[in-house]
Amino acid sequence: MTIRSAVVTPGEDLRRPEISRGGRAAAAGPAGAILVLLLMACLPYLVEPGLTSELVTLCYLVTLASMWNLLAGYAGMVSIGQQAYIGLGAYALFLANDHGLDVYTGTIVVSAVVALVAWPLSYLAFRLRGGYFAVGTWVIAEVVRLVVVRFDSLGGAGGRGLAAVTEDPLLRRAFTYWLALGVMAAAVLGTYLVLRSRLGLDLQAIRDDETAANSVGVDVTRGKRVIYVLAAAGCAAAGAVICVDGLGVASPGQIFGVQYSALMIFMVVIGGIGTVEGPVIGALVYFLLDKYFAQSGVWYLVIVGAAAIAVSLYLPRGLWGTLDRRSGLAIFPVARRVHGHQGTARPETRT
Amino acid sequence: MLEVEHLAVSFGTLRVLDDVSLAIPPGQAVGIVGPNGAGKSTLINAVSGTGQVSRGTVRLAGRDVTHTSAARRCRWGIGRSHQIPRPFGDLSVFENVLVAAERGAGLRGRDAAAQALRSLEATGLLSAANTMAGAVPLLGRKRLELARALATSPQLLLLDEIAGGLTEGEADELVSTVLSLKQAGVTIMWIEHVVKALVQVVDRLVCLAFGRIVADGSPEEVLASREVAEVYLGGALA
Repeated sequence: MTIRSAVVTPGEDLRRPEISRGGRAAAAGPAGAILVLLLMACLPYLVEPGLTSELVTLCYLVTLASMWNLLAGYAGMVSIGQQAYIGLGAYALFLANDHGLDVYTGTIVVSAVVALVAWPLSYLAFRLRGGYFAVGTWVIAEVVRLVVVRFDSLGGAGGRGLAAVTEDPLLRRAFTYWLALGVMAAAVLGTYLVLRSRLGLDLQAIRDDETAANSVGVDVTRGKRVIYVLAAAGCAAAGAVICVDGLGVASPGQIFGVQYSALMIFMVVIGGIGTVEGPVIGALVYFLLDKYFAQSGVWYLVIVGAAAIAVSLYLPRGLWGTLDRRSGLAIFPVARRVHGHQGTARPETRT
Repeated sequence: MLEVEHLAVSFGTLRVLDDVSLAIPPGQAVGIVGPNGAGKSTLINAVSGTGQVSRGTVRLAGRDVTHTSAARRCRWGIGRSHQIPRPFGDLSVFENVLVAAERGAGLRGRDAAAQALRSLEATGLLSAANTMAGAVPLLGRKRLELARALATSPQLLLLDEIAGGLTEGEADELVSTVLSLKQAGVTIMWIEHVVKALVQVVDRLVCLAFGRIVADGSPEEVLASREVAEVYLGGALA
């Protein structure tokens, strides 16, 4: 079908539409974020290694939260099985490391390889919907774990350590931190870039109404599959970071544990699902809760649970989602605004 | 343009469409009328690919699309509105239409944006371009359905009750919009209870009842026919 009908006669002023992204802070937000990342990159020269070690945790938490947000917040896929890819990332790093690849380049290779594994697995997972999909992803994660522990070279059921790592502990800590920071930056900025693209608009349409998305020509399954694979790659990178940070994997049960999914859901819900900034805020909140209350035993769980309940009841859009709604603030502006037509918003210069 | 042959749709044991055959030549505007539950929306869903088909075939410009996804059918030229509006609530009105222009019509960048804005202008939604679609009232949502369908550059436009609840002036505007589409060569299939609006546009009227076509012809013929009177008023008055 090649001939397209000229459906509506264009008004002269509609031929050159002015479209901008976000408010006045449109460019300032991402620039500020990059500045913060650059500052963070300088930290190993400025602060004690203890602090950067703690920040490694924050970095992979942000990465994980961003990936889960991409899945659930934008493509409507509530997965409780991302630990499949976290674990695969960590274990694939052993393989890469054994074959002489350093752990830093290894992380990049590993996330690409895991993406290739996630592609066929998506066909399996996508046969299921809603709650069944969620449980299905968990089952996939368990199966992956059971397969991995079959290999004695990977430590079997006992976990194992990384063979070759940077010798000097000070350097190693700095390198690990930079790796974690790089992975986090890629996850957050990558999410932002995806959402600004045509695919991002598709995803938001899918999130809001799958049937309608389909009937305006959006290839819903393809969009979801791309996101599923990207999220797997991101989780694998986070898994590799966890592995490098811990100099190995304590046990398959830990790295393939469903607690990672619970954590991801918690961070995204607290921060604000369906926003780029939300998962970052959520991860920060969890990081601080963990830092200051982890020693409180049972009370720690009570506090984390109470925070989750309070936010879901009173701020269902999460911390950032609520702020965003009230103030129109966006560090990573995704929405498009139309300018220059009578009646469409107040005139605003393009930033 | 569209050929539906021996179409049957069943939900469980309930047969909603039973052996419906209908051919619409290019450029024709066909109105579909019939009582509630006659299978009108089911027919549109079967043609657009949103609903299932139990038996029969749907052909678009000679190509069998019975098992083609709704998204692909849209890219091949079928645009539709939904009876119950399905806006992308957390996107702006403009973005709602932009997706349709990008994916349905396959446009990019400024071309897509221009197409989206033209569709908004044609449906009187331009002033609401930056409003969140979820905050738009029902009438606006119905217009948004039409705007989105237009933005996909349809060759076959399926309209599912878009005139209900409009004031006379609004209905007139709608009629002139649809008429201009027809003049541009778009084939139209329009389900409508507001027959007054419908007859101003369509060349042909099809009456569905109990999943079957009971009358098919010029609007005057069909509205005057005994079958249609029976369907709407019951046998007693006919």
